[in-house]
Amino acid sequence: MNPIVPILFLGLLAFGFAAFSILAGSLSGPKRYSRVKLDAYECGIEPTPQPIGGGRFPVKYYLTAMLFILFDIEIVFLYPWAVAFDQLAIFGLIEMLLFILTLGVAYAYVWRRGGLEWD
Amino acid sequence: MRLELSVTDALAETPWWLSAIKAVVIFGFLVVSTLVMIWAERRVVARMQQRVGPNRVGPFGLLQGLADGIKLALKEDIIPTAADKAIFILAPIISATTCFLAFAVIPFGPVVSVFGQETALQLTDFSVSVLYVLAVTSVGVYGLVLAGWSSGSTYPLLGGLRSSAQVISYEIAMGLSFVAVFLYSGSMSTSEIVSSQDRLWFAIILLPSFLIYVVSMVGETNRAPFDLPEAEGELVGGFHTEYSSLKFALFFLAEYINMFTVAALATTLFLGGWQAPWPLGGAIWAGANDGWWPVLWFVAKLWIFMFMFIWLRGTLPRMRYDQFMKFGWKVLIPLSLLWIAIVATVRAVSNEASIDRQDILIWGGVALAVLLVVSIVWDYVSGRELEQPDDIDKPFDPFGGGHPVPPLPGQQAVAVAVVASPSNADSEVLDA
Repeated sequence: MNPIVPILFLGLLAFGFAAFSILAGSLSGPKRYSRVKLDAYECGIEPTPQPIGGGRFPVKYYLTAMLFILFDIEIVFLYPWAVAFDQLAIFGLIEMLLFILTLGVAYAYVWRRGGLEWD
Repeated sequence: MRLELSVTDALAETPWWLSAIKAVVIFGFLVVSTLVMIWAERRVVARMQQRVGPNRVGPFGLLQGLADGIKLALKEDIIPTAADKAIFILAPIISATTCFLAFAVIPFGPVVSVFGQETALQLTDFSVSVLYVLAVTSVGVYGLVLAGWSSGSTYPLLGGLRSSAQVISYEIAMGLSFVAVFLYSGSMSTSEIVSSQDRLWFAIILLPSFLIYVVSMVGETNRAPFDLPEAEGELVGGFHTEYSSLKFALFFLAEYINMFTVAALATTLFLGGWQAPWPLGGAIWAGANDGWWPVLWFVAKLWIFMFMFIWLRGTLPRMRYDQFMKFGWKVLIPLSLLWIAIVATVRAVSNEASIDRQDILIWGGVALAVLLVVSIVWDYVSGRELEQPDDIDKPFDPFGGGHPVPPLPGQQAVAVAVVASPSNADSEVLDA
């Protein structure tokens, strides 16, 4: 049997459970409408109006996401190398050390330019 | 009696109904474990805080989790007016679905015989199972981000952003800590990683990897002391502030199952998975690694990590966000890269020259672990001095900003006019 099929079983089960819970939750609880209750929660003060479509948030988060993608790609290269390490031997080792070093330069640059600082 | 079939063959020959039964069992195991964990956490944290904890519902309060679930189901299901309805409903479904999936490749035990069918005690396995776990847990992040974004409210948005930044940052350190394991096992399949640890656990040979993984798995699951996305003093409930009723329960369930997932991964990759702990296997008790016993070892190891989660929560205060991100990006990542370079070099050299590499690695690992601890302590000690504001020596006017502000430690408040006024002079006389 294809190894994906059992995952589908588990996935369907989990999805069914989640969907059922949400349906059950909306049916089993009371329904008492009040405008204030459906406002955004901000500890009782008048909620900050949210711009349509989410608005803007600090550019720091984009930077973190970009750096994450960079390093994640590094990891993607490291995995097959690690699995096939014994076949690649010294050649693979030197190549990969050079690769890590190259990325290390970029990493040092980001660090030096304050790309990893949070305030 | 050890059965002859290999894990891959046993899984390939497993009939569909047996896979379906295994899927149901894993699902049930996770849900029941979560209920037990909620109870255990509250009881143990209570003990750590000199309290008793929940002891009213069922024997020893064991049914507390169930009671909480029923109570949540009977609460009103609120969808705020500002929320994006479809995504608001979809987000908990994403979280609660993906959290179960990672357990599909976790081996609970070796090949056993169930209803006359030989099968491995694991739902499925590929040659890249660990990559699959990483992929599935990454999809779970969407649940958090979308929940925060779709709530149409400030705190959830900030909480969602924070958790996604946190999870992806620590995922790098986590991913890097696996590289050394793959290097040693020569495989990314969970069952093969377990069987390659039959002599020595990777937690011992690859101690730094293990430590880095343990730190990043706490960051990954948003648990104390890294529970910044739901820092209640700053963000109320974080991404799930606007959720109520069973939608909230689903997020709660997902958080706990994610804890089980990372703990199971730690067990599988570093603590020998289902293999019996050191003195038991092999010589003393030959049958310890056969049949159904391994399930016991696996669950015991799992709960050691779960206890550690509770212990951390009972011991450590929450970290500050910038310190937390700094630790992930500036300590864990360079350290893991360095460690990978060391492990690879040692292995390559010893492959060429056939030197016993285990000693080198264990000692090198201990040295690097010490370095890690020293760097944390050093950072902690030196950070204290660096974070003093520049104008610390200048006199500080508590009323300078218009409303009273207490001076920081080390700052000298200027003599305020009120003290010198005639009416206060009287009271000073009285004090004297």
